[in-house]
Amino acid sequence: MNSTHHNHLPRAALALLAAAVLAGCASTPLEDTKAPVESRSTGAAGGAGAGGASAGTSQSKVTPVDLAKTDNAMMSNLPRIVFFDFDSYVVKDEFRSTVEANAKVLSADRKKKVTIEGHTDERGGREYNLALGQKRAEAVSKSLALLGAANTQMEAVSFGKERPAVQGSDEAAYAKNRRAELVYR
Amino acid sequence: MKRRTVLHLAALPAALGLFGTAQAQFRVEISGVGATQLPIAVPRFRDEEKAPQPVSAIIRADLERSGFFRPIDANGVALDESARPVMADWRGRSADALAAGSVQRLADGRFDVRFKLWDVVKGSEIGGQASAVDAADLRLAAHRIADYIYEKLTGDKGVFSTRIAYVTRGGGRYTLRVADADGEGGQVALNSPEPIISPAWSPDGRELAYVSFESQKAVVYAQEVMSGKRRPIANFRGSNSAPAWSPDGSTLAATLSREGGSQLYLMDRNGGNVRRLTSSQAIDTEPVFTPDGRGIYFVSDRGGGPQVYRIATGGGNVERITFGGSYNISPAVSPDGRTLAFIARQGNSFKLHTLDLSSAGSQPVPLTDTTDDESPSFSPNGKLIIYATRAGGRDVLMTTTLDGKIKARLVSTTADVREPNWSPYGR
Repeated sequence: MNSTHHNHLPRAALALLAAAVLAGCASTPLEDTKAPVESRSTGAAGGAGAGGASAGTSQSKVTPVDLAKTDNAMMSNLPRIVFFDFDSYVVKDEFRSTVEANAKVLSADRKKKVTIEGHTDERGGREYNLALGQKRAEAVSKSLALLGAANTQMEAVSFGKERPAVQGSDEAAYAKNRRAELVYR
Repeated sequence: MKRRTVLHLAALPAALGLFGTAQAQFRVEISGVGATQLPIAVPRFRDEEKAPQPVSAIIRADLERSGFFRPIDANGVALDESARPVMADWRGRSADALAAGSVQRLADGRFDVRFKLWDVVKGSEIGGQASAVDAADLRLAAHRIADYIYEKLTGDKGVFSTRIAYVTRGGGRYTLRVADADGEGGQVALNSPEPIISPAWSPDGRELAYVSFESQKAVVYAQEVMSGKRRPIANFRGSNSAPAWSPDGSTLAATLSREGGSQLYLMDRNGGNVRRLTSSQAIDTEPVFTPDGRGIYFVSDRGGGPQVYRIATGGGNVERITFGGSYNISPAVSPDGRTLAFIARQGNSFKLHTLDLSSAGSQPVPLTDTTDDESPSFSPNGKLIIYATRAGGRDVLMTTTLDGKIKARLVSTTADVREPNWSPYGR
């Protein structure tokens, strides 16, 4: 829903990223020897650009791009949700590692920006819950700031009870909905 | 004594095979009976079957829903505004009042709607009106006739020709709608894939301020209802919410988190000249202006749980208004400034209450037997409160009289309905 915003990277940026990875592969000697050599002669001679195959290469070849070797690895493994107790805005100890990991990302790259979205369970008024969600988002924002993230990198906002993570009117559902989500832009 | 009536307004013209009927979104259910109900006969208007709206049926339903009238059966009676009704006959039918009229299609396509109102007991004519309206305003013409009758016979101004704004959620979309006060004739003001909350009519009834999450955060917009022209009013860092208009329409109050925390701010109607009103370490939200524009009621949890407080628009001391219970939110003030409506939590239920502001030490009065009440809003004559609640597993809108005795349910046939706000007079 809103945890996959890195997918919205501009296509050009993804292309550059892919190119960079490929270039990196090509520069290692070992890879060099295995690098595909496009055989125009075969194709031209056979007159079958689409169907011809030459020795040592295949037109079905797919070159893997491993995002684990990029910045995205850290991003995609980053925990992004902090859950809260009923009527509470305290970032619990069990989410310290979540906050630390995100603070590290933000400290390492000052160009990174994150929106912290606060949410509540469904009980109570819409506007008051919006304010409660804001309080949760700001609690996470303050924790991040204490660990080195800059205020200019963060915006705390709230959806109140308008965007529950799960439907349901029991404590199990409420617990999943009392949360702050970190969304990188 | 309890009574329940279901009026299928939409079914009437359809059953009669009439043309051009806008599809109704609501049916109306009424429960409870007023202390005194005036029996009134409103026979079918002459030639109303040739018009796209069942004019007399709309009038009868309006009067009945108010709780102050009891429609007398006048089926098969042919009568219009030029008739000289035999009062003895109507007294024989136990009617105290009689209204008759006609609907005539004009050459330019408009409809000429005329009616006359009689006092059957005295045997005298009270008055009448005539107006030429577009086909699209026929419901409005019927509501205005009901307003006329209501005012002449009760002494209070009617609200049948006013409107309500509300939000529906269905099919993954949020829609801000505007409907007649009877819940019929709904039109779409804004459609969005993201939540819309807290619509608020401008005092001239031409604009709606509201909170939209279309940009993945809460931003306050204002939108001209007729033209659809909209503009952001408050789009600051953090959340922007809970818009409220000052009575003169020049100023908006809103909750902003731009300096951290949720605090009240005032701004010009276009969002300029933003100044902070409250400075607390707590949540301050849900501002509403007093009718004289000098004060603002709002919700704050500065004392622990959320309670209603009051502050002057010029700032200064904050006065606590609600004391009973640990959770009192969503204040609305009656047009005369004497009654506060709000939602109080009792255990796990949220109930609409009123508080008499005119006498010190008065106790809150619960008005409903539902458990998920939200968002109360007064009718402009101060006689009714509209609110959202849950019934039958869905979000619905209800109206209630201030004593809680007469309730009408505006039942959506399509979606969850919430966030009602009653328009001022005029459109």
